[in-house]
Amino acid sequence: MSILVGRETRLLVQGITGREGTFHAQQMQAYGTNIVAGMTPGKGGQTALDGTVPVFDTCSAAVRETGANTTVIYVPAAGAPDAIMEAVGAGITTVFCITEHIPALDMLKVMPVVQAAGARLVGPNCPGATSPGRAKVGIIPATIHREGRIGVVSRSGTLTYEVVQALTDAGMGQSTCVGIGGDPIIGSTFIDILELFKADPETSAIVLIGEIGGDAEELSALWKTANIPDTPMVAFIAGRTAPPGRRMGHAGAIISGSGGSAASKIAALEAAGIHVAESPTHIPRLLQEIGVRPN
Amino acid sequence: MKIQEADAKSLLAAQGLPVPPWTVARDPAAARRAAERLFAEGADAVVIKAQVLVGGRGKAGGVKLAKDAAEAEAVASRILGMDIKGITVVKVLVAPAADIVKEFYLACVLDRAARRVLFMGSAEGGVEIEQVAHSDPDAIRTIHAHPHLGLLDFQARWLGFELGLGAHLKEFVAIAKGLYATMIANDADLVEINPLAIVRERAADGTVSEHLQCLDAKVTLDDSALDRHPGLEALRDLDEEDPVDVQARHEGLSFIRLEGDIGCMVNGAGLAMTTMDLVKRAGGQPANFLDIGGGAKSDKVAVAMGLILSDPSVKAILVNIFGGIARGDEVARGLVEARAEQKRVVPLVVRIVGTNADLAAEVLRGVPGIEAASSLDDAVEKAVAAAKAAA
Repeated sequence: MSILVGRETRLLVQGITGREGTFHAQQMQAYGTNIVAGMTPGKGGQTALDGTVPVFDTCSAAVRETGANTTVIYVPAAGAPDAIMEAVGAGITTVFCITEHIPALDMLKVMPVVQAAGARLVGPNCPGATSPGRAKVGIIPATIHREGRIGVVSRSGTLTYEVVQALTDAGMGQSTCVGIGGDPIIGSTFIDILELFKADPETSAIVLIGEIGGDAEELSALWKTANIPDTPMVAFIAGRTAPPGRRMGHAGAIISGSGGSAASKIAALEAAGIHVAESPTHIPRLLQEIGVRPN
Repeated sequence: MKIQEADAKSLLAAQGLPVPPWTVARDPAAARRAAERLFAEGADAVVIKAQVLVGGRGKAGGVKLAKDAAEAEAVASRILGMDIKGITVVKVLVAPAADIVKEFYLACVLDRAARRVLFMGSAEGGVEIEQVAHSDPDAIRTIHAHPHLGLLDFQARWLGFELGLGAHLKEFVAIAKGLYATMIANDADLVEINPLAIVRERAADGTVSEHLQCLDAKVTLDDSALDRHPGLEALRDLDEEDPVDVQARHEGLSFIRLEGDIGCMVNGAGLAMTTMDLVKRAGGQPANFLDIGGGAKSDKVAVAMGLILSDPSVKAILVNIFGGIARGDEVARGLVEARAEQKRVVPLVVRIVGTNADLAAEVLRGVPGIEAASSLDDAVEKAVAAAKAAA
């Protein structure tokens, strides 16, 4: 199984003819992801990736001709909201939006359209998802993974790579690694992804990587207690030493008042029985302490 | 992006909201002239307010009344130059003092969890809303605007009735909808009026009437949307910005200066925060937060290095790159270029993994003054040791 992406993924790449789109489409295909179509308005009829992938003018044509069920968006911020809505309108059910700097009010308008279509959006401003040995969608480097049974969900990009590398170095493989993105308005929350892991028989432990700002980690802790009390889970929170009131890169990473601080998150997670690592490299050891073995 | 009260009021006024007239003065004489005009127009008193982007200016003594122009000048001279939470006051707002009957709170804000615009109103205005939320959460009434249709008339009426503004309902509905319009027109994250007040006004013929007015305003703008509002960039207050922050923004770098002595250069915000956390955990003090972003080219790396070294307290630099979009060899070349141009040389601990890490290692091999590190923990330890040795 795995979640979100796997062998059943038939991937459309929106913006496949752009610089980022081309580079990452090559990487995804080399990993074994089944890329069935590309889409760039005005470039329909061309091919991409050395003639292996047909390019379409519209998402509806791409879906009709290739049966694409998942899309990844490398379109600049000005066009990305439209790209998301076009994809779900064409019947795509899983959308990954890699694009950063999309205005928050644009995403507010997009979300009801995605929900009405019954689709799932991951991102924007996210690195995508990889199910090791099966498929990778997005920009996560292929080399860091190992096949296994640990589900990884994160608000961050490169920090996720750091954690996954630490797991792989310790021989602890992953079922799926998902980056949900660091923007204020995102399509899938921690809890949305935790629900998918709960339903996945091939995921038996979870690593959650959070950061300061918002209350997603606190809500995840409550959800874990109510829904998957017995699943081994370890967390990491970035920004323990960040000064209050300053925005640390991600729009989401700001501490206002006492809410959203690392201390509040760590307390909530620990109250739910989730061990919180002080360094990404401690995560494998903490997993082993709660009975998760290398594979 | 935070903007000053006076600029926030301009944005509200542009949407037709009732905002009393104001003038911004940068010296006591200008404050006096502004006050003279207001007294000539019939004001009984004026209020002088420090224009700073930090909260709590009232408590700090940055908001004062004056009964005549001479007092306005004296008050302004006391407030100008005042230090409020580390910010030196360089300008004040001068406005007529309102005859306040009752104060309210009204705001619309981006509600991340609900993915909606949230309206918040309270009949307890003029105080910090965080305190109200803490002490009496039921005193705050909330309603979500429709994501496509905005705040509907009946929603605005409901909120007005809840706040006890039935006698001013028409005015209130216009103000609430104007708040939403301000948010949409400027891609704001927050539009707050505190206080929204019923004020008593005496007309020339002596008749007294009561109206709603926006006496204070706070607006924060979505940085991701500034590109499509070129006019709003002019509202950025450079008076309150570190010149290094300004330079970093021009280069597309996310940079925040901190108190310590270990410069940090990292790709990705989460990893950059983590690197800072680990430096502190190992007994060091980070000098900055710096995210060079994805796909950073060598010239950007050199600029980032210059920013870090512009801080004289920096004694060592820690470079932590996990290549994904960013290519390790690009970063390495940037480091070598920057090294060659540097006037001030400090120990440089470099850890580059991920995409093109092998090529990066080749670029860095044999370059003097660069210490390679394999793991994150190793890099942090070496940087902390180097800073201590240099101290």
